[in-house]
Amino acid sequence: MTRRKPIATGSDWNFEVLEAYERELACLADEYRLDTYPNQIEIITTEQMMDAYASVGMPVGYHHWSFGKQFLAVEQAYRRGQMGLAYELVINSDPCIAYLMEENTLMMQVLVMAHACYGHNSFFKGNYLFRTWTDASSIVDYLVFARKYVADCEQRHGVTAVEQLLDACHALQNYGVDRYKRPSPISAEEEARRQTEREEYLQAQVNMLWRTIPERPVGEALPGSLDDGEDPLGLRGGGRYPPEPQENLLYFIEKNAPLLAPWQREIVRIVRKLAQYFYPQRQTQVMNEGWASFWHYTLMHRLYDDGLVDEGLILEFLQSHTAVVNQPAFDSPFYSGINPYALGFAMFSDIKRMCEAPTEEDREWFPDTAGGDWLEAVHFAMRNFKDESFIQQFLSPKVIRDLKLFTIVDDDQDEMLEVTAIHDERGYRRVRDALATQYALSVREPNIQVHAADIRGDRSLTLHHVQDSRRPLGRSVYPVLRHLHQLWGFPVRMESIMDDDSLGRRIQWPIPDEETK
Amino acid sequence: MTYFIDRRANAKHKSAVNRQRFLDRYRTHIKRSVEEAVNRRSITDMERGEKVSIPARDISEPVFQHGPGGKRTIVSPGNKEFVEGDRLRRPGGGGGGGAGEGGASNQGEGMDEFAFSLTREEFLDFVFDGLELPHLERKALVDLDEVRPVRAGVSRDGVPARINIVRSMREAYARRIAMRAPIRRALREAVEALEVEESKDPVLRNPSRIAELKAEIERLEKRLEAVPFIDTYDLRYNNLVNQPQPSSKAVMFCVMDVSGSMTQAHKDIAKRFFLLLYLFLERNYEKVELVFVRHHTAAKEVDEEEFFYSRETGGTIVSSALTLVDEIITDRYPPGQWNLYVAQASDGDNWDDDSVTCREQLMKSLMPRLQYYTYVEITPHAHQALWEEYESVADEFPDRFAMRQIVEAGDIYPVFRELFKRRAAH
Repeated sequence: MTRRKPIATGSDWNFEVLEAYERELACLADEYRLDTYPNQIEIITTEQMMDAYASVGMPVGYHHWSFGKQFLAVEQAYRRGQMGLAYELVINSDPCIAYLMEENTLMMQVLVMAHACYGHNSFFKGNYLFRTWTDASSIVDYLVFARKYVADCEQRHGVTAVEQLLDACHALQNYGVDRYKRPSPISAEEEARRQTEREEYLQAQVNMLWRTIPERPVGEALPGSLDDGEDPLGLRGGGRYPPEPQENLLYFIEKNAPLLAPWQREIVRIVRKLAQYFYPQRQTQVMNEGWASFWHYTLMHRLYDDGLVDEGLILEFLQSHTAVVNQPAFDSPFYSGINPYALGFAMFSDIKRMCEAPTEEDREWFPDTAGGDWLEAVHFAMRNFKDESFIQQFLSPKVIRDLKLFTIVDDDQDEMLEVTAIHDERGYRRVRDALATQYALSVREPNIQVHAADIRGDRSLTLHHVQDSRRPLGRSVYPVLRHLHQLWGFPVRMESIMDDDSLGRRIQWPIPDEETK
Repeated sequence: MTYFIDRRANAKHKSAVNRQRFLDRYRTHIKRSVEEAVNRRSITDMERGEKVSIPARDISEPVFQHGPGGKRTIVSPGNKEFVEGDRLRRPGGGGGGGAGEGGASNQGEGMDEFAFSLTREEFLDFVFDGLELPHLERKALVDLDEVRPVRAGVSRDGVPARINIVRSMREAYARRIAMRAPIRRALREAVEALEVEESKDPVLRNPSRIAELKAEIERLEKRLEAVPFIDTYDLRYNNLVNQPQPSSKAVMFCVMDVSGSMTQAHKDIAKRFFLLLYLFLERNYEKVELVFVRHHTAAKEVDEEEFFYSRETGGTIVSSALTLVDEIITDRYPPGQWNLYVAQASDGDNWDDDSVTCREQLMKSLMPRLQYYTYVEITPHAHQALWEEYESVADEFPDRFAMRQIVEAGDIYPVFRELFKRRAAH
């Protein structure tokens, strides 16, 4: 390969230089079969970066105090020098929007382009979770719609009313996703057109469900007695409602809460849709960052090998890269959990290594991958897994040894902690299982479902918390139930189902009188 | 396909609304911090923002979470000496939790407090929240000398610098259309007549008529060309008229007794009071000037440094200062152009017969010209003659004359708030 002249040297950048590097990266990405959305690269200032940060990376968002709080926290940490701003932020949209901060050096800008515009971008486009659950082409439009809708509601119903509703929805937003069903695509135009229609329809549905609310003159008929023809939901059948437990709490609220006004249902829906949009990101942190780091590493080295960047730049890059993928040990003062960049980068690099220089161990553990085409192998891994299954499938003994992973069991019935597996022959599989479980959302978050809505009685709502390994709910259950109560409008109950299926603790909001006395 | 977009010029404060919402929501918390800060801070320190802490539990956004307890398996990196089956004591003695329980809570400093900074503007907003300047309904427009030119349509005359080009060209265009229309019509008729004449059989043509028509056409075309493209009466000028303006200038007189009885502690208290008032005025007027007048038996206009830090001894004659203020107003600050404020600080001592003179001076010449007069008496002792005389002034001008007693530094801010608290419209 002929070595070419560096496109630029030093740490200053300008648009021509960035464009030139971007073109080179695009050629290389093509060579590595990275399929991406078009890139929209935006140069912004520090302050704008903090803005973007505060709104969880959404380019437009509705107004809410919690974003202000986020902004203040980011600003404070940044001013005190506690935290360097992440030098990149990328949005899963089509075109894929990536931010470059103006005070970054040339190296940083090239690194961020490699990392975000080709790493993350191709992940967004290729990974099955994103393909199934999000609509990159319509998200920005939908955000614009949401912002306008919320602003209109603030005008009509007052800022406080909207704020309280959003508070309540935010508390439940992790339970506002469909885990197994593909959501219908969202489109701003469609939303706006269908929105009025939906308001009427929804209200009609709810009215049907709550027809049992006694509004007829006293003595005419008992509440709950419907004519035969008027009972499409089988209310008189006496079965539980909903017939199946519902895991999407916000969806259930949107469709069934008896007292919400149509605009309130619409806002619940907006929060739910956005939660759904972020759902894949929450499940692919290790993979997504690992993939992007793997590619910025590969692409930067290619640029250097081709002579397009000089030694100074590649050294600066290596220093920065090393800091990003550094994994402090559990007893280090800098330890704050497993670094997803470090783990993901180690795993993708390891897949490449297995293909190029397989050992006996690799052939035994990964007969399908070892010695194969590395590019094919990493693309396959990127496309078809989420963190949980990715670790289960690809965490090799070598990575476990390199990171010196070990498992500890913390059991409140045992006075001591116990080390149950380390990086040895007996421990590999157990470490791998435990780490995969640690990344499973279903384990990270308590399992909570709507069990029953008492539509014939006191209209109370009962949730079930299915305990896992005897882990109870944290104290935050009270404020969250209070929020849920605001949405539902009638008493809300939370019942814990213990590991042996017996009924455990029961919490109710509002707290019944006899308990407060 | 890649686009680069330079967004640096875009609006910066995208989060401003959210930030404001947050501040509004936690108003009471923040106000408490601000009040503490005002009392704690040194005098020169008012001009910066403030760090505010709010208990984290008050602003948490709750979600369902696992509580401590139960059985969990934690994977951690960096094993050094453990082997399988090792049993360890729990770190810190707490039940459960431990390492690996979510990154967020382990990061950074203690999470019991949510700390952030207010900007200077926000800080002062909170400091002066709910306060207003009495008599801010500024002076009646008639006795104002201050004017500002404002646009008032267009006029037919003016100076060349103010030509309104668009309007002038439009006028010219309209005039040209109007002036050319009859000529064009005549021309068209002549041309048509000529064509009719020329299309006739050569025998029937009237050569003299043709010549006549041709001459007519030529004459009309000349006239058409002679219509000027632009003419003096097309010109239009942007018209400016002078509008009287409410005054945006204020002058604040700081009057302080520097006689022997005023200690440095007294002066510090006075200084804080003056500073608060100055900051407050500064937020309401574009321009605020300060005049420092100090007095013992004689009054003198001095600069800030001398005002606060030089020491004098001797007796006290307050009226000397009031006379000086009166003279300065007459000389330099005509009430038509300036909003006048006087803040006086003293320990209440005065020469025996002088207090009556003070009252008369205030009633007759000063008060009618002033926006507001505040008097603070810094003393833990009983009031003397001056206070009593001033009370009668306060009765006469209840809206514009205010007086309070300050005993210690902690009183300054409450007293200030009381002096300027928003009054119900009367």
